[in-house]
Amino acid sequence: MIDKRKTNNNLDWVIILLYGVFVSIGLLVVYASSHDDSRPFFDTRQLYIRQLIWVCTSIIIASFILVTDNKIYTTFAYFIYAAVLIMVIGVFFFGHEVNGNKNWFEIGSFQLQPSEFAKFSVALVLAKYLGNQNNNLKSNKTKMVSLALIFFPALLIQLQGDTGSTLVFLSFFLVLYRFGLPGEFLALGLGVLTLSVFSLLIDKFTLIAILFIMAGASLYFIKRTKVAYFVIAGLFICASLYVTTTNYVFNHVLRSHQQERIKVLLGQEVNVKDADYNVRQSKIAIGSGGFLGKGPLHGTLTKYNFVPEQHTDFIFCTIGEEYGFLGTTLFVSLFLFLLIRILSLAERQRSKFSRIYAYGVASILFFHFLINIGMTIGLAPVIGIPLPFISYGGSSLWSFTILLFILIKLDADRLAVLR
Amino acid sequence: MDTLASRRKVLQMVFYIIATVFVLRLLFIQVLNKNYKQLANNNVLRKVTLYPSRGLIYDRNGKLILFNQAEYDLLVVPGQIKKFDTLNLCNTLGLEISNFKKELFKAYKYSRFKPTVIVKGIQSELYAQLQEDLFLYPGFYAQVRMVRTYPIAAAAHVLGYISEVTLKQIDKSDGYYQQGDYIGTGGLEQYYEKILRGKKGVKYVLVDVHNREQGAFNEGQMDTLAIPGINLHSTLDIDLQQYGEKLMQGKVGSVVAIDPSTGEVLAMISSPTYDPRLITGRERGKNFSKLYADSLKPLFVRPLKASYPPGSIYKPLLGLIGLQEQAILPSSTYSCAGAYSVGSSRVGCHHSGFVNNIIEAIQHSCNAYFCMSFRKMVDNNKYKTVAQGLDSWKSYLSSFGIGVRMKTDLPGVGYGFIPGSDYYNEIYGVGHWNSLTIVSLGIGQGEIGLTPLQMANEMTAIANHGWFYTPHLVKKVDDDTSTVLKIFKEKNIIPIEKKWFDVTVEAMKEVVEAGTGQIAQIPGLTMGGKTGTAQNPHGKDHSLFICFSPVVDPKIAIAVIVENAGFGASYGAPIASLMIEKYLNDTISTPRKYLEQRMFEADLIHNKFQQTPVH
Repeated sequence: MIDKRKTNNNLDWVIILLYGVFVSIGLLVVYASSHDDSRPFFDTRQLYIRQLIWVCTSIIIASFILVTDNKIYTTFAYFIYAAVLIMVIGVFFFGHEVNGNKNWFEIGSFQLQPSEFAKFSVALVLAKYLGNQNNNLKSNKTKMVSLALIFFPALLIQLQGDTGSTLVFLSFFLVLYRFGLPGEFLALGLGVLTLSVFSLLIDKFTLIAILFIMAGASLYFIKRTKVAYFVIAGLFICASLYVTTTNYVFNHVLRSHQQERIKVLLGQEVNVKDADYNVRQSKIAIGSGGFLGKGPLHGTLTKYNFVPEQHTDFIFCTIGEEYGFLGTTLFVSLFLFLLIRILSLAERQRSKFSRIYAYGVASILFFHFLINIGMTIGLAPVIGIPLPFISYGGSSLWSFTILLFILIKLDADRLAVLR
Repeated sequence: MDTLASRRKVLQMVFYIIATVFVLRLLFIQVLNKNYKQLANNNVLRKVTLYPSRGLIYDRNGKLILFNQAEYDLLVVPGQIKKFDTLNLCNTLGLEISNFKKELFKAYKYSRFKPTVIVKGIQSELYAQLQEDLFLYPGFYAQVRMVRTYPIAAAAHVLGYISEVTLKQIDKSDGYYQQGDYIGTGGLEQYYEKILRGKKGVKYVLVDVHNREQGAFNEGQMDTLAIPGINLHSTLDIDLQQYGEKLMQGKVGSVVAIDPSTGEVLAMISSPTYDPRLITGRERGKNFSKLYADSLKPLFVRPLKASYPPGSIYKPLLGLIGLQEQAILPSSTYSCAGAYSVGSSRVGCHHSGFVNNIIEAIQHSCNAYFCMSFRKMVDNNKYKTVAQGLDSWKSYLSSFGIGVRMKTDLPGVGYGFIPGSDYYNEIYGVGHWNSLTIVSLGIGQGEIGLTPLQMANEMTAIANHGWFYTPHLVKKVDDDTSTVLKIFKEKNIIPIEKKWFDVTVEAMKEVVEAGTGQIAQIPGLTMGGKTGTAQNPHGKDHSLFICFSPVVDPKIAIAVIVENAGFGASYGAPIASLMIEKYLNDTISTPRKYLEQRMFEADLIHNKFQQTPVH
């Protein structure tokens, strides 16, 4: 009889297979977008060869995770969190600057980006903290501690200038929401986001006037109690204050390239060519793929480097150009399948730790999926974050591998213990 | 478990919605919107134009007078430069190092990846040297360019030149020309542009983001080859042209020589002329503006565009018209008193004495005789008014190609000017003028103006006894299908009886043998001619001469005008006769060498300036 309690008999092979498929697609498109025919095929300067090395090491890491005891993550979650934070802080002193972002460690000719590893450490630490039966998100203390656990590494990463990686931490709101953060917080978050966008699009006095009319109108539809008056008045005042400060923040806090990228997304005219160049070229590359695509290695814009950063953040263009609508739809479906699969994995966990962690994994992957593909097709602002398992880059591949395989390990052990 | 379980559904729903939005968006940009394909092609496809070589031009004896020569431009792609011996390269090309470095820096600032021309117009001999060493200079490339080359420095006005197309020409060309293309400007280059230019080819290539070529598109299936331009055989005798230009040195004026039997223009000289080689190649811009600013207007095509009062050379025409209209008879006599005087009007005459017939009148160029003839003609009883008489006179002149635009195969052919009744009605009012008002037309003065081409054509028609082919500059196009030359095979018949031409030719023969044009006599050749001395408001009289030879079965008819040079016999006749002698006999006979020498040396331009300094 099969012992369900043994790890290897419980591995979720569907997810492992999906992982294999994504990593292979990644190798193929990295080859398509970066191969340099003037160099030998097996040359460590060829990016696909480097990516192959990262894939191999990722498999070793994954195997290691599967054979070790899962107590390492469950018991030492805080320790791992602290260790990663120290690495991130270490970058400030020993880091290497690339593109104005000082967030790299250089080891020989390979570079490591500690901020990538902060993601799974936060997922672990949230699982640990919220998995404790004494902590309930209905309590304010729990809310505060959770937010602090999320925002402390986010703040450090923002200080290094990597806005993209910082924004990824917003994805943990989905986890908090799932485990009891009142829905109003999500609504409030969305409301703030909407207001931010409009405050950059419309003149602030017009917007305040509109808000005033909306406040007045809302009194029409709800029961006019004293509390309602206060709440609406309070909301109106806060919103107005927010609108007036957003402009200030936009103009004085954000860096100019961030301002431009937001403006491009909002459809406002920007004179600087660089800002919308990426998005335009990326849309052209994807759009020119048509229904069936131009065929593997036949993407002309891919081959001739029309889309900057195509092997990293804009890797989806290669899929779009060479494999067409058929390929992109298949890819999006596969990714959706992965996300849904993780959710169902989460729900079958008996341990709260595992379930929360699984939601963390799903949320992080979803956020990357949302922003990365969204920006290549012009639906999201250009925020430089990689497409999980596909984009070229060792740190991100390692970090996603660790993220996913800890989940697979926890899932495989789900029947072994009750935590 | 708890009410929070429903939140899983919410998250799941969000995932589904986002994925659906992505797929819809992808459907829109990849399948429904076709623009992106076009944009992608604009990105990577470049249309490269292949320029055909331009047609060559030969003279009537098969001498090459206009062809293409390869010149090379040195291009640099700054991003590909490796360390190289700057001094060596500059020495080979004869450049100053500091200038070269400056240019190199400019190219670098323009683009690291796009090629920039750094040295223009390297001659083929120099290029041969450079080519051997070019591998030493990575990042430098040579690009061949065809330049129009004139092996003989003559006939600049007839040949014309090529220049960059203007925006207006691009608009009018139905998409043939693009900015930076060259087009024939002036002369045969312009008139025969469509034949000479050939047909451009096109090649589609793929380029990368730095505009570097990456190979053919679609295996070259959409590419077309360039079709070379078609060669022309001109009617010019380039030796005669050169000789004429030498005779006209230091003089302002024109010479047009025509073969009367075919209408082929043998020489067309506009003086002062210029070396056509000045406006090709490297120094083009500088030289062009210099020529443009020259007060003697060397770029002005006098034989076609300058309109001169014809003076006495028009008297044979008037005689012909008068005879045909029966206003005078060959035997009409007139007693000249050194002037034609009626009332207060007086037209002076160099000649005085009794004129026995029209032959003597032409021979001695009697002004009074022709004033009389002109008045008789326009006052002819045939016509109710003087206006009708004048218009009849005008229509005769039109049949000679005078006052109208001849269909000569050069751009900018002038009309000259012949006033009609409309013109005088405008000035004086209907009925307020009469034959006496306009009597100066009788001696080729007043409002009347002829271009040198029209004067030569007048001579041609008289030499042929009443017909001519439209004068033209091209006798053969190396392409059987071309029909452009058809109009030059159509005979133009003049509505005047041949017998009156016989009389006129006889008179013109007398002019050379015993009249005002005796200096034009060439031993062993028969010749007819007519001198002219045209008054003009701008200074000394113009010296004119028209003639043809031999009298029977004429081979050449010629018109010469030398501005501000005095009597027709002083410069016009010697130059015309020397050209005829050169053309028919190939050498100048010894007794006339002194005349040739005098013409070569005469410098009226500078003498004139000494007499009346221009400030």
